[in-house]
Amino acid sequence: MTVTRLEPEQRELLDLAREFAVRELAPRAAADEAAATFPADLFRRLAASDLMGLPFDSEYGGSGQPYAVYLRVVEELARGFLAVGLGLSVHTLATWAVATFASDEVRKTWLPRMTSGELLGAYSLSEPGSGSDAAGLTTRAVRDGDDYVVNGTKAWVTHGGEAGFYVLMCRTGEEGSRGISALLVPADTPGLSFAPPERKMGLRSSPTRQLIFDDARVPTHHLLAEEGHGFRIAMAALDGGRLGIAACAVGLAQAALDQSLSYAAEREQFGRPIADFQGIGFLLADMATGVEAARALYLEAADRRDLGQPYARMAAMAKLFASDHAMRVATDAVQVHGGYGYVTDYPVERYLREAKVLQIVEGTNQVQRVVISRDLLRR
Amino acid sequence: MRIICPVKRVPDTAASKKVDPDDFTLDRDSVEAILNANDEWSIEEAMRIKERDGAEVIVLCMGPEQAQTTVRKALSYGLDGAIQVTDPAIHGSDAVATARVLAGALREESFDLIIMGNQSSDARTTLVPAMLAEFLDLPALTYARKLEIDGRKLTAHRETASGHVVVEAEMPAIVSVVEAINEPRYPSFKGIMAAKSKPLSTRDLGAVGVDASEVGLANSWTQIIEATPRPPKQAGEKVDDDGSGTVGAKAIADFLAAQKFI
Ligand SMILES: Cc1cc2nc3c(=O)[nH]c(=O)nc-3n(C[C@H](O)[C@H](O)[C@H](O)COP(=O)(O)OP(=O)(O)OC[C@H]3O[C@@H](n4cnc5c(N)ncnc54)[C@H](O)[C@@H]3O)c2cc1C
Repeated sequence: MTVTRLEPEQRELLDLAREFAVRELAPRAAADEAAATFPADLFRRLAASDLMGLPFDSEYGGSGQPYAVYLRVVEELARGFLAVGLGLSVHTLATWAVATFASDEVRKTWLPRMTSGELLGAYSLSEPGSGSDAAGLTTRAVRDGDDYVVNGTKAWVTHGGEAGFYVLMCRTGEEGSRGISALLVPADTPGLSFAPPERKMGLRSSPTRQLIFDDARVPTHHLLAEEGHGFRIAMAALDGGRLGIAACAVGLAQAALDQSLSYAAEREQFGRPIADFQGIGFLLADMATGVEAARALYLEAADRRDLGQPYARMAAMAKLFASDHAMRVATDAVQVHGGYGYVTDYPVERYLREAKVLQIVEGTNQVQRVVISRDLLRR
Repeated sequence: MRIICPVKRVPDTAASKKVDPDDFTLDRDSVEAILNANDEWSIEEAMRIKERDGAEVIVLCMGPEQAQTTVRKALSYGLDGAIQVTDPAIHGSDAVATARVLAGALREESFDLIIMGNQSSDARTTLVPAMLAEFLDLPALTYARKLEIDGRKLTAHRETASGHVVVEAEMPAIVSVVEAINEPRYPSFKGIMAAKSKPLSTRDLGAVGVDASEVGLANSWTQIIEATPRPPKQAGEKVDDDGSGTVGAKAIADFLAAQKFI
């Protein structure tokens, strides 16, 4: 991993993340994934080490770290246990929306509890009928006195049922993207309930649920920015979130590569380690090259963000490239392991199942290409 | 209450090491250095006392200048300050010389309790806590796997091969701890940041009242006369079982008995 341009305490932060991932996360991943248990205790321990609020202002309990540092922490955690790295990324995405768009009063009361990790964050844009076409959402919020009354069903919410708060995109006005608003919804909001968790092929210890709003009342001062700004908030949050998914993909790919390297050096066929066969060596070389390229890409995008430059296109590129490459690395990792890669004795079949979701979440990779090409052709 | 935690900078336990061919000391540049693992337990125990009863916790480290990173690491767990004893004459000191230097530094300090790991992962002598107690004429509660404090009275469960014995002492005293005593926390990022601004006092041998003729490789009572690299790992032994379980179990039991494990 690149370690240039880091302050000593940032190096120590990465050491801490790596040590935590190796000692606490990696040994837990297989069992929690198999049982689909949400590792709430691990998030509490991340919180105890101040890792849940890294990129936020110290005024609100954060650590004021640049994205380039925060994302490396996400990568290290995902390398040990994807559901935890991705969980931190989703938490940060939701917290960012509150930190950036909530009123001063809401920020003062809520943000410190988010950056400290006391409240886990979730982000709710998708619906059963609107995925890629997110602006087609139909969950509606109607003003009634000092509350919005919310009705509708949201889909695919990571941390659904486990989160302390939800950043909800819902319709307060006309059809299309301009009629959408964003609300901060506390988990204990009356009228909010949760469907049973989805039964997923991977990332099983990260709960994904539908949220059901049945005359749920959310105070109007929980509106982020203004009515009608919700879609822009949702998209801006996703720009940062995609960097998190890219970092997760690099972490996962690195783990699959590490495992493949050690297996290839150990496994003997025809009287020598399979790593000695060029057919395997070339696979490993391509895996490693893409991992480095993906890491360089997300860090470049992060630097642009940290410098206040436009970075949306590059974030989409990083998410697209890193998750496609993670899929390839995971597939090749199974190949390197032969039959042993197809059974649960080794983690690579799990990596393969986990990598797939990274090509789908926070905008499918087709949607990333839509974002990139639109941005390219705008001039 | 003032607690002092002596800690050691040691080569990474997992790394393979190089030994200087002339004096058989470790080539410290060849491996990454870390905070001795056992010292994480002593720091954790001190931090728990601090959080429960209130205490000032100070880290004490004898080591080369680079050991400052180890001291900062210790501070990142939330300790209040540090003393580092650094002097070129210390290089190659054995357990007795180390205890002499630590005792010298501690004589200059007020404290109620010394808590330290029972051994360092590189030397593994387990001698320093007891020697330190001897030099300072203090009670030593070593191998503690449980520590209770009631006023000035300390009660420790001392781990033995077959169980534990309960030992008591009045403060001030020295306690050395074993792994079972607690589960150490991870540092927090805010702790890492705060460690930069915690007071660190650096002292040489003169400042701790120890003469160079009492320490260092040449004046150590222990002499290393030979060093041999560990032989390469042997292939493991495979035990076949006929499916009943008993044949395999017996073979494994015989093997363990032959290796004197059981
Ligand atoms: C495990 C998991 C966690 C999730 N977490 C969250 C969450 O926390 N919050 C949240 O809001 N959502 C979440 N999602 C939802 C996710 O963002 C959506 O699944 C994703 O946006 C795709 O929407 P869809 O599933 O409806 O697919 P669809 O939009 O129906 O897409 C189906 C296929 O059509 C393609 N397609 C659609 N439109 C186009 C186009 N214009 N051009 C080319 N191809 C196109 C897609 O790429 C895809 O291949 C999660 C999903 C999963 C699986």
